[in-house]
Amino acid sequence: MTTSTTPSPETAPSLEVRDLAYAYPDGTQALFGVDLTIGRGERVALLGPNGAGKTTLVLHLNGILAGGLGTVSVGGLRIDPGDRKGLREIRRRVGIVFQDPDDQLFMPTVREDVAFGPANLGVRGAELDRRVTGALERVGMLDVADRPPQHLSFGQRRRVAVATVLAMEPEILVLDEPSSNLDPAGRRELAEILLSLDVTVLMVTHDLPYAAELCPRSVILSGGVIAADAPTLELLADGDLLREHRLELPFGFDPAAAAVRLR
Amino acid sequence: MSAGHTHRLHRPGDTPVHRLPPQCKLVAVLAFTLAVVATPRERMWAFAGYAALLALVAAVARVPPGFVARRMVVEVPFVLFAVLLPFVAHGPRVEVLGVAVSQNGLWAGWNILAKATLGAAATILLAATTEPRVLLLGLERLRMPALLTQIAAFMLRYADVIVGEAQRMRVARASRGFVARDARDAKVLARSLSALFLRSYERGERVHLAMLSRGYDGRMPVLRDTAASRAQWAAAAVLPLAAALLMTAAWMAP
Repeated sequence: MTTSTTPSPETAPSLEVRDLAYAYPDGTQALFGVDLTIGRGERVALLGPNGAGKTTLVLHLNGILAGGLGTVSVGGLRIDPGDRKGLREIRRRVGIVFQDPDDQLFMPTVREDVAFGPANLGVRGAELDRRVTGALERVGMLDVADRPPQHLSFGQRRRVAVATVLAMEPEILVLDEPSSNLDPAGRRELAEILLSLDVTVLMVTHDLPYAAELCPRSVILSGGVIAADAPTLELLADGDLLREHRLELPFGFDPAAAAVRLR
Repeated sequence: MSAGHTHRLHRPGDTPVHRLPPQCKLVAVLAFTLAVVATPRERMWAFAGYAALLALVAAVARVPPGFVARRMVVEVPFVLFAVLLPFVAHGPRVEVLGVAVSQNGLWAGWNILAKATLGAAATILLAATTEPRVLLLGLERLRMPALLTQIAAFMLRYADVIVGEAQRMRVARASRGFVARDARDAKVLARSLSALFLRSYERGERVHLAMLSRGYDGRMPVLRDTAASRAQWAAAAVLPLAAALLMTAAWMAP
């Protein structure tokens, strides 16, 4: 059985994590009971210091890591690591954009890389072309479709990495540190693209202003549990809370002023 | 900078030779080389014929002679060996430019030189008219195990990345005053090399993770159809068939 009994696919939240606990084979416990629900169409930032368990949580979302306690459901479909077909559907629904685009773009050309995911799902022919073209268009990278990824700039590679998962038409887009290593213009361009997408987003980041700009809601993962869950600007205005979890606003950033600009 | 340095063998174009499916060209080059190798070394005119055939292919493919000649450098070790042979081989001696050399060695040297040159030129023409990754598709169609072609494809993709990492490590070493002077410094270089290996290994693990996340199940999806028609096979067969005729003639000739 793969489908959970309660909600139908239309009303089910994009992501539902219940009591997720996990220890690595060497005994290091990384997650101590994480609860997180993300509704359809929401954009949520996952904040937390290094070593808080963010990457471990992300790798649970598409069943790469499993075997601990608790459950993860994506759009009502519960992850069952023993069910290969179900796992394939989960990996279609959860699009993870990894931190280093060189890890994500492994095919000889951009076009083939974007086609890799949908082709693994059995999409072929004209439908595959449509998916590839559509995904590249949405990130503004259609004109580099036939170039090898290593000949693109870093910002272009990150945008193509986003396209590679968009082509799978995911239920939820999970971005690991999307703004890292980008120059200011690349950072802004990526923000514009992410804002234009009509898809549920979970964004793992240390970049608090980026979270404020893109995600109305934020959660703090600290010590393997969700330590806070609130509207981003409220959360960023709570200096004690940030300090407690080794989070810091950059010099000169004022959440109150940002709130005015975002109105 | 790094652009093009992995593909400098390839010369983009849109000629009949470029358009042939890769598997046809691979088989043609292999068959041509076999014909050349099977030719008796005394029939010099046959080798001239082979060279003319290759020149014809190069002309159709619009590959200038200089392009091929510069890439023939890979052959240098064989040339050196071939040049040495007449001096070290035994047997009856003949006078060449006033120097007594072994007749047997002379023939052996010529044999290596002629056959290696023709083989290398044919391979260079293949590489010049076929993109590396398309070449891999051709190998896959010829039933080369997919695991091997996948490894080669990843090598193509990540060569630049790894070279870039090695260069950054070199800059980091130099920035802290390291200059390789003698054999004792090999230790430092060996450590850098092992660090590079570890980094590449870890990258491999991350790439694999990214592949799994997009539904990889051990087989690469076939994204480009490189099926060859009968006409294309026939066109590719022209070169090896002509070579086979020459070879047969060389054996039959008195």
